[in-house]
Amino acid sequence: MLAFILRRLLQSIAVLLTVGLVAFSLFRYVGDPINAMVGQDTPAQEREALREKLGLNDSPPVQFVRFIANAAQGKFGLSYRTSEPVGSMIVERMPATLELSFCAALFALLVGVPMGVYTGLYPNHWSSRLFQAVSLIGISLPTFLIGILLILVFAVWLHWLPSFGRGETVQIGWWTTNFLTVKGLQALILPSITLGLFQLTLLMRLVRSEMLEVMRTDYIKFARARGLSNRAVNFGHALKNTLVPVITVTGLQLGALIAFAIVTETVFAWPGVGQLFIQSVQFSDIPVMAAYLMLIGLLFVLINLTVDLLYFAVDPRLRAQGTARAAGH
Amino acid sequence: MAAASNNPPLLEVRNLRVEFPTRRGTLLAVDDVSFDIAPGEVLGVVGESGAGKSLTGNAIIGLLEPPGRIAGGEIRLEGRRIDNLPYEEMRKIRGARIGAIFQDPLTSLNPLYSVGRQLIETIQTHLGLSNSAARTRAIDLLKEVGIPGAEMRIDHYPHQFSGGMRQRVVIALALCAGPRLIVADEPTTALDVSIQAQIIALLKRLCREHQTAVMLVTHDMGVIAETADRVAVMYAGRVAEIGPVRDVVKHAQHPYTKGLMGSIPSLGVRHERLTQIDGAMPRLTEIPKGCAFNPRCTVHGARCLIERPELMTAGSSRAACWRHDAGGVGQPVSKEMVDA
Repeated sequence: MLAFILRRLLQSIAVLLTVGLVAFSLFRYVGDPINAMVGQDTPAQEREALREKLGLNDSPPVQFVRFIANAAQGKFGLSYRTSEPVGSMIVERMPATLELSFCAALFALLVGVPMGVYTGLYPNHWSSRLFQAVSLIGISLPTFLIGILLILVFAVWLHWLPSFGRGETVQIGWWTTNFLTVKGLQALILPSITLGLFQLTLLMRLVRSEMLEVMRTDYIKFARARGLSNRAVNFGHALKNTLVPVITVTGLQLGALIAFAIVTETVFAWPGVGQLFIQSVQFSDIPVMAAYLMLIGLLFVLINLTVDLLYFAVDPRLRAQGTARAAGH
Repeated sequence: MAAASNNPPLLEVRNLRVEFPTRRGTLLAVDDVSFDIAPGEVLGVVGESGAGKSLTGNAIIGLLEPPGRIAGGEIRLEGRRIDNLPYEEMRKIRGARIGAIFQDPLTSLNPLYSVGRQLIETIQTHLGLSNSAARTRAIDLLKEVGIPGAEMRIDHYPHQFSGGMRQRVVIALALCAGPRLIVADEPTTALDVSIQAQIIALLKRLCREHQTAVMLVTHDMGVIAETADRVAVMYAGRVAEIGPVRDVVKHAQHPYTKGLMGSIPSLGVRHERLTQIDGAMPRLTEIPKGCAFNPRCTVHGARCLIERPELMTAGSSRAACWRHDAGGVGQPVSKEMVDA
């Protein structure tokens, strides 16, 4: 178990170093940072002095090590666009993205899993067929279109919900939250649905097919033969056996939610990291792009590590490796 | 009916029909099957794959897989009709009055729950014991089915048990609430030959001690001969012959039963070749007119091609054959021959 975690940590570090290399090469190969920092008429001598001061004349490996060392401390330099420290720019906007992604994931899980269980248990019921048909729409419509349609219906026509921004937020330390005001919560609804809809349909279809598979197994039939209640069979024995693939996909999708909140944030003018990234791309603001890249890499690695640990919690067959071995056969 | 005892039967199956609606018409997989099981009696049900023996077992425990359904007949347990009960009512009988054992112990247990949890949930579902009392009972059951170190093993997961040990756990699960009848569907087929005898001996001992009747579904005539009091031979969805196991083994009346007996290798006797029954059991869509066995029967007469034989008394057993006199000790057929 411990050996497994250590091995996973080493792998994670390797992944992060690779992401770091890509982020670092942005600085090296996407234009000359000096050009972006100084004016047209800056003399060559001054440019050279700045180059020396920033360490850009050192060999690439030395620069890379310095970049990684700084990144590990959260220092990504100053933004070319606003001259603010990149680290604090991202920290400032992170809560908006995390809260949005969290709500979207919650929405997808709380609606997608029960729908999947239902359609898996009653595959031939008319409502299951309806869910299946609707989920096909959810899976094939692009996110921005769903967002725009939701804005049209609920903000423009019905005036029920706001169409852009975070509404009111409350500051708790460095974290700004939407959860404590009614307006903030209202503002979360449409973006969360937009972002979570695709994951919802994916989860529903996954849980459905896993349920269909599990319901055919002998241990479900045997559980019924033992006279267990339907609830115990369906939500205990069956659902738990569908969890391993569901956890895998949920984990991957949570990373994707955070990383690809970009589109939703743009549609709803949501002041999150994704929007910051889009603005940075437009201005070739390389330090912000590099930091964003590293951050997303870190999130994916952390989520995958959590997913691997959850497997152990769910499946005793994995826990047993190295401890008690099965006897015989 | 030639039951082993004179007690009122525990289980009565009368004219049971199980059918499967398919796109190309309805298939009759179990056709007019009747038998009794007395309290504490072991009834072996033997036949080829597809003869309808497992379906009969599933119909009794009320777990026919859709679209299969009971199309006719009655099943009574202790005099109470159970084939038409609503799901919830039947659920309370399953596990409590009728236990079940399935073929493959490797897949019968939920891999994510410890065996203790599976035992305890079953005990609590039917007996409503407290957690600690249920756990004590679970440990006792594990001891009873011969699992060494039951106090420790109860918290282990199914993958930590071998196949034979898992089947013991499955038997413990079937016995949880002290059922009166156990439907054991090929309980040893998936096990090593060396383990099979142990499991059968265990099942036999436990059922004798608890006075539990068993419907033992198998295609292994050896297991039946060793374990069962009576045997029912099934062919193409019907009972071909039923009677005390000694008589059926020694003096088979139905040509199909004779063929089955001839195909068992025995120690001590030198066979040039084992006899075999030519051909294969007909598919459900192609069951011939008259006796379903007639295309493979070496002694069939004109009547066998036209009229379907019902079970008729032949010695101490009953056989569904017009010609059970043709090679056995039965009485000649008394009914009128139908015109050919």
